[in-house]
Amino acid sequence: MTDLSMAHSSGQQTSEHLPAAAPLDVAAIRRDFPILEQKVNGKSLVYLDNGASAQKPQVVLEAMDRYYREQHSNVHRGAHTLGDRATAAFEGARETVRAFLNAASTREIVWTRGTTEAINLVANGLTAKLSAGDEILISHMEHHANIVPWQMLAERSGATLKVIAVTPEGELDLDSFDQQLSERTRILAVTHVSNVLGTVNPVAELVAKAKAVGALTLLDGAQAVPHYRPDVQALGCDFYVFSSHKLFGPTGIGVLYGREQLLEELPPYQFGGEMIERVSFAKTTWNTLPYKFEAGTPAIAEAVGLGAAIDYLNGLDRRAIEAAEQTLLAKANGLVDSIPGMAVIGTARHKVPVMSFKIDGLHPSDIGTLLDQQGIAIRTGHHCAMPLMDFYGVPGTARASFAFYNTLEEVDQLFAALQKIQRLFV
Amino acid sequence: MTATEQQFRDNPLGKDVTLEDVFDAFEFLDDWEERYAYIIDLGKQLPAFPEAEKVEENYVHGCQSQVWLIHHQDDSDGKLYLMIESDAMIVRGLAAIILVALNGKQPRDLLTTDIDELFERLDLFRHISPTRGNGLRAMIGKIRDIAAREAA
Repeated sequence: MTDLSMAHSSGQQTSEHLPAAAPLDVAAIRRDFPILEQKVNGKSLVYLDNGASAQKPQVVLEAMDRYYREQHSNVHRGAHTLGDRATAAFEGARETVRAFLNAASTREIVWTRGTTEAINLVANGLTAKLSAGDEILISHMEHHANIVPWQMLAERSGATLKVIAVTPEGELDLDSFDQQLSERTRILAVTHVSNVLGTVNPVAELVAKAKAVGALTLLDGAQAVPHYRPDVQALGCDFYVFSSHKLFGPTGIGVLYGREQLLEELPPYQFGGEMIERVSFAKTTWNTLPYKFEAGTPAIAEAVGLGAAIDYLNGLDRRAIEAAEQTLLAKANGLVDSIPGMAVIGTARHKVPVMSFKIDGLHPSDIGTLLDQQGIAIRTGHHCAMPLMDFYGVPGTARASFAFYNTLEEVDQLFAALQKIQRLFV
Repeated sequence: MTATEQQFRDNPLGKDVTLEDVFDAFEFLDDWEERYAYIIDLGKQLPAFPEAEKVEENYVHGCQSQVWLIHHQDDSDGKLYLMIESDAMIVRGLAAIILVALNGKQPRDLLTTDIDELFERLDLFRHISPTRGNGLRAMIGKIRDIAAREAA
């Protein structure tokens, strides 16, 4: 179970006033996810690649299907009934996301294609605010999507990219953070939860310190939202970004939360329809927030699907989910010693149920191929975090990432399969 | 050091180990574990790859594992010899099967060999399908490019 002081310092919406949760009924939950019920290579699918993309509950599939069958038209045109229905469904989803993040207003919720586009939008928009001598602070455990847009911003603006060190256990080195944070720091962009290591970073503390020196803050929530409900007001961050498809929603849509005043100051990212107030050949003016950042016809059905995914999660007991996830992680950790030569990469105190590992003598791609042969899906490779791979001196890792629909039996199956693989190499 | 002609010729794959051997083995081994143990074993028969050849020019991109490929054409008979290196055992084994099929052949014979069909027959096609990011497809493409160049 995630301890509450940690949950607080990470700005997660907690439910500490509630009585202890009843255990999660995983068997019932699995019936909500039709894709899980299938054979792969003759074996029951064990899906442990949730960090790459999570599966979708039936209600999400139905919401998108119903939208196309009964509600679809373009949004915000207002000339007919279907347009009204589509707009209501689309804006209803935005309100669902606002509540999920505890943002102050739906004007602060911008639809993007995903986390990556959201970070690019912000990094592009901040170009004029930076100049030589300014610093952008990121960390050594970032996904490429939270490195390269800042690297490019640094190149454009003459600013310098600084990197918070990571400890061997896979935690942010807070001394390194303190040393590098200064009045020159204009932007702090860090991940809430590491995609490789599973580490839950103390982001509320980092944000508070960054704000004290006047820096803007962006949190990459892609790996956090499947496990926790972030409270952007408690976190105090300026920007919070995530993708729908890791949150049990459809691909192709994600969210940029931005503080309203800041979003007002940022220039548009793309130009076209929807984001326009008035166009003449002499001058064009922009639509209000959040539409200023939503050029072109948006991913309407996907927004509806994401709303349905969040509604689905809201109907589950979040404390029971966290408890079940931590039980999965503890079980996996307890079995590591059963595999000679296996080492976990990322042993932070506070982790989501993500286990990156290596096994002596085996390449991660061998592990992935031979687990797939046994019906078990994991991710292998550099996980779009090459600097972190370099830090650990590995070409890549094998990563099992769990969701609340995974079972303790599946953890056993993973380790039994790993033992089998090892026997092949003897 | 670079690979000598002798090293290219000494490769047992395609010479001592033939496609018939591989087919026989697959027929005989009836579960996936035995077949993959055999694939891993074949990978161990890849001749030692010269360290000096592990350079960008010989690197096969698009692989999760690191893969290198070099070739040598025999002046006297025109046959094409290949050497492959990978740090992943399954990729080594699958590369060995490719060598069994293609090594020491005339470039034009090599170009008419249907690798997809071979892998389908062995029920290994998914490993070389375009959707797999393990680089074997890129490796096969590179071998065919070399053969096309040498056949011209």
